[in-house]
Amino acid sequence: MSHNNEGNTMNTSSDWAVEAHGLVKVFGDNRAVDGVDLSVRAGSIYGVLGPNGAGKTTTISMLATLLKPDAGEARIFGHDTQREAQIVRQLIGVTAQFASVDEGMTARENLMLFCRLLGLSSAESKSKTAQLLEQFSLTDAANRTLRKFSGGMRRRLDLAASLIAQPPLIFLDEPTTGLDPRTRAQMWDTIRGLVHTGSTVLLTTQYLDEADQLADRIAVIDRGRVVAEGTADELKASVGSSSLQLRLENTGDVDDARRVIQAVLGVQAAVSPEATRLTAPMADVDRVTELLVTLRDAGIRLTEMSVQKPTLDEVFLTITGHGVEDEQSAEQSPEAERVSA
Amino acid sequence: MSATTITPAAERRLSNHVSLSQTLANTFTMAHRGLIKIKRTPEQLVDVTVQPILFTVMFTYIFGGAIAGDPLDYLPFFLPGILVQTVLTTSIVTGTQLREDMDKGVFDRFKSMPIARIAPLSGALVADTIRYGIATVLTFVMGYLMGYRPEGGFGSVVVAGLFVIVVSWALSWVFAFFGVIARSASSVQGISMIILFPLTFLSNAYVPAETLPGWLQAFVGINPISHLVTAARDLTTHGTVGADFWVALLGAAVVVAIFAPLTVRTYMRRA
Repeated sequence: MSHNNEGNTMNTSSDWAVEAHGLVKVFGDNRAVDGVDLSVRAGSIYGVLGPNGAGKTTTISMLATLLKPDAGEARIFGHDTQREAQIVRQLIGVTAQFASVDEGMTARENLMLFCRLLGLSSAESKSKTAQLLEQFSLTDAANRTLRKFSGGMRRRLDLAASLIAQPPLIFLDEPTTGLDPRTRAQMWDTIRGLVHTGSTVLLTTQYLDEADQLADRIAVIDRGRVVAEGTADELKASVGSSSLQLRLENTGDVDDARRVIQAVLGVQAAVSPEATRLTAPMADVDRVTELLVTLRDAGIRLTEMSVQKPTLDEVFLTITGHGVEDEQSAEQSPEAERVSA
Repeated sequence: MSATTITPAAERRLSNHVSLSQTLANTFTMAHRGLIKIKRTPEQLVDVTVQPILFTVMFTYIFGGAIAGDPLDYLPFFLPGILVQTVLTTSIVTGTQLREDMDKGVFDRFKSMPIARIAPLSGALVADTIRYGIATVLTFVMGYLMGYRPEGGFGSVVVAGLFVIVVSWALSWVFAFFGVIARSASSVQGISMIILFPLTFLSNAYVPAETLPGWLQAFVGINPISHLVTAARDLTTHGTVGADFWVALLGAAVVVAIFAPLTVRTYMRRA
């Protein structure tokens, strides 16, 4: 991983919201996080992108002082997450993947509780609670217990609770997982709004287009390691300007087809998880004709051919050499959800 | 979004320490959370309402005739005993509820907030004294309805009640410890019952110790629960404070001195 500002560790508290070096967390014999480096500039949205089980939540938990790293260190605005944990907690808000609010209480009681714990007076807590309920369109549901809340409402309340102290850094662990498209769009607006007020946002996501839409910089994380880092455009550029997608009639031809692509275009083609689609970076458009002719001569029949602008999906495929492994998350692409919504 | 801007990290006043006053404030806020939860789910009070009523009536009429010749004559002896048994059993719930609570998502938020780390634990212990209070009052009320008229007078009954609550609170640290170390709420319940059940029955709570075989009398004599029961009995029947009272309080203090730091340390490590 390379950073343009690596080594500039002196100028910490104002420039960098998060600096993590070599974070490791081992559960049994599973190296959930295996040497993660992250640098998040203050005032930006930073996306940590990866499939389920890649180590995103564990990384956030260590940055948010919920878990002790087995190795490595992290600083939040220059404060060490272990030695100065209590200071770090005054600077962060955490919205966990599984709503960290009290199920047995109403929305209002939850916010009041967190306000009071943060040292607000009774009157301040009341007005802050009312303001947040209004801001997150929860006023009508304020006096209902959370058991009757939808996933989206719960997520909004969770985020509201993270904003009470107006922390300069907010962790959002998969903020839109399981939300319908409309609620997701609202959540995106809210997140963008947070950054306008001066917050830094570090969010994890398994939705590639979410990182693309929101994040200034993205770290792609896979099996506990950061496998790529940069802006969305940089990541896309790394896999070529566009890509050629071929769908084979016979999946048995996959290996032959890859060899042909290697010979003609001089690039490695990635195979989709279902092994019917080949994706190859297309640097030189002129040579595609030659490729198609060669494929026909070799008796490899195609059912479909298309040219695609790069998406982060391909980025992931190209970087890791394997698809988004969890079939669930591959299926849960926004398109798939839109159908069911 | 509101137009408020966030104060940058560098311009904030930050402290890496939690003051004692903040710890107390956080504890009471957490205790308040406990009360709200009781209000929201009153069914969790079943044990402290049904048990005192059921056990007091049941055992008075089962054992009363055999032990004292008449249930009514048994009451002055038995009521302090069942009071201790009931309130102690109630304190197990502190451990099981703590375990359930610690597994909930909201605990992640507590852990990420700049609050006293101990507050969720201490708050739960404070809130639970309400439960002991309910159990105590109901036990005495049931006794009264069955004809129990303590000779020590109302004042002594109040003192006896508070005394039992204080000692039970001390013991709840033991169960809180189990709650912190156990993997599931039901295992907390299991371990706690195994300890508490023999202790309460092998005491002078139900029958006079003199009727027991010698070796058992020896055990009953050193069983702290016996001192607790005897002290409560002295108060309600005679309105007097004897040696047992101080022995029980000392025992309670020792339990707190051992288990409070142990529980807190384990809790901090796990939380």
